[in-house]
Amino acid sequence: MVQITSPNFKENAARAIGDAGLQKALGKAKGAFLQRRGDAVARLPEFEQLREIGRDIKNHTLAHLDFYLETYAANVEAAGGKVHWCSTAEEARAAVLEICRKAGAKTVTKGKSMISEELGINDHLEAHGIEPVETDLGEYIIQLRREHPSHIIAPAFHLNREDWEKSFREMHTDLPKDRVFSERRDILTEARTKLRHRFLAADVGITGANFLIAESGSSVIVTNEGNGDLTQTLPRVHIALASIEKMVPTLNDACALLRLLARSATGQDFSVYTTFSTGGRRPGDLDGPEEYHVVLIDNGRSNMFGTEFQEMLRCIRCAACMNHCPVYGVTGGHAYGWVYPGPMGSVLTPTLIGVDKAGHLPNASTFCGRCESVCPVKIPLPKMMRHWREREFERHLSPVATRRNLGLWAYVAQRPALYRMATKLAVSALGLVAQGKGALRSLPLASGWTQGRDLPVPEGGTFMDRYAKTKRGA
Amino acid sequence: MSKEAILNAIRRGLKRGPLPADQRAMLEARMMARPRHLIPARSRVPRPDQIKLFIANVEKEFGSVTRVADMRDVPGAVAEYLSQQNLAPRFVMAPHPELQAMPWSDRAMLEFETRRAEASDLVSVQHGYAGIAETGTLMLPSDPARPTTLNLLAETEIVVLRASRITGPYEDAWDMLRTERQDPVSGGFMPRNVMLVTGPSRSADIEQTLELGAHGPRRLHVIVVDDDPAALPG
Repeated sequence: MVQITSPNFKENAARAIGDAGLQKALGKAKGAFLQRRGDAVARLPEFEQLREIGRDIKNHTLAHLDFYLETYAANVEAAGGKVHWCSTAEEARAAVLEICRKAGAKTVTKGKSMISEELGINDHLEAHGIEPVETDLGEYIIQLRREHPSHIIAPAFHLNREDWEKSFREMHTDLPKDRVFSERRDILTEARTKLRHRFLAADVGITGANFLIAESGSSVIVTNEGNGDLTQTLPRVHIALASIEKMVPTLNDACALLRLLARSATGQDFSVYTTFSTGGRRPGDLDGPEEYHVVLIDNGRSNMFGTEFQEMLRCIRCAACMNHCPVYGVTGGHAYGWVYPGPMGSVLTPTLIGVDKAGHLPNASTFCGRCESVCPVKIPLPKMMRHWREREFERHLSPVATRRNLGLWAYVAQRPALYRMATKLAVSALGLVAQGKGALRSLPLASGWTQGRDLPVPEGGTFMDRYAKTKRGA
Repeated sequence: MSKEAILNAIRRGLKRGPLPADQRAMLEARMMARPRHLIPARSRVPRPDQIKLFIANVEKEFGSVTRVADMRDVPGAVAEYLSQQNLAPRFVMAPHPELQAMPWSDRAMLEFETRRAEASDLVSVQHGYAGIAETGTLMLPSDPARPTTLNLLAETEIVVLRASRITGPYEDAWDMLRTERQDPVSGGFMPRNVMLVTGPSRSADIEQTLELGAHGPRRLHVIVVDDDPAALPG
């Protein structure tokens, strides 16, 4: 289970900035995502129109989600599958364990799934004597290292090639000690060989779902490696874990969203494998699972309806917001202290684990707005982070100094004469301190700010002075 | 019941009860009509250009393509590809009547079995249901004659696809499946599994750098059979 460290974001972030290995990994990876997304968007002139369509499809679905969930569940069962409705994480863990037990499972292979992280499926299975095996390459090394993903589509975003080699040498002790990893490909090949045995031996395969389709009762996974497909094809039982907001009405709706997903996520025009699963093996089929289960999970999402956070349920988990976030870019994902990092995490985490634990994550933003400008379904992330800041303030969860200073600022800002006087004073005081220099290297009471940058000294009076002058001139 | 709890919580948030019959009917009608959204212009081109776009996109995604004039030419194209790649002339083939009807005996050195794939198989020959020009994507629905393991376990997958089955956008390929298939279990059209495959397997999990050949096939080769006179290059 992911230990929640969100309350320590500031300390986590400071540690992350001082971590040379992490900074190296972040530095290498960041540019690649931006470039690839930019190129993919440039290749599709209709991309901006598609974002609006994506937003509208999701809004329509959410406004009628009760209807679509019921239709979907009926169609899953018509195709021979079973739907397990779960309000809470505990219910979902219990449902998964029960299916695995009935299947007599010893090992379970897993495709990449963030909801599985949210539910803590792996620890729960392990505690009951069932071995979970992560098969996505990034998830695999994270599991070997007993870590958690630092990015929602690139779990090992925080690792360098040296870390991979080191972990593989430590964990794959049956292989020759003097083997050479001369290329990244050698690491990949070793993982492929190791995991091939696990795929073949597994009794149950667990995947996530990128979409659920109401008209046909299908769950969809989108991957590049093929591990998700091996996970759901080879074992006798397939379990798809899906939260309720993954729903779309029709295949045509899914097509529109799929045109946005890969481009926004990895900058591919389309991912290598986009796979639609509907029920279990049919008469005459030579392969595929005999049982197909969907564990349909709420875990706090239904509470977001009717609140200022409802639009967050449009999220298709592409990670474009974190890839473009200047804060994520220097802290990495672990600093956010739970499953979902970056801007989408800052909005979602307080709704799922509580504003008391994660209420200050929305402060980890420069409000530059890049997240909203790249979001494929146009979620107003900065606006929602502001809502959280307001709630945090209302509930007296922000630090005393912050509250006192904000109160003082509000008092002054609401009194124009006082405000003008105060700014005039500040301008001349700063001018005095600067003694003719253009910028200040340090300032009493503001060392935290000046430690990392110089403060430019105001030149030519306050805004109101200059405004008055131009008006006279006009 | 968690089902009722979830549905009721959603309705509470939306500030309404269960939808009235007329609104349900409207939503059902939308699902039946399944409106198409914007279809990018790139694949709305004449037939010969759609085929060219499909091939260009497969190649852009690190797949390879040969084009042959007739189904009878497929065994030769398979043999030639395997020898170019220095692969043994041995493979597992989908038990599809179109594949089985090909003159394999013309190429006596080719050894094959028709069945699902096993972990030890190095090369598979699959039957392509449809191709999607928009992104060079193959549509491979599961079927007794088209086992899913053929798309996953072998290191090299060869897909035989008729040019007449290449569409512009994804929506056209789904419509083909919708009209042509009836599912024995659900009565709808969806089989157990539909894979949309775009190029060979890959991963960028190590330092966000792309490497081909993750868990699925390292090579994907498509043999396009020109059965569509309207699609021939002008």
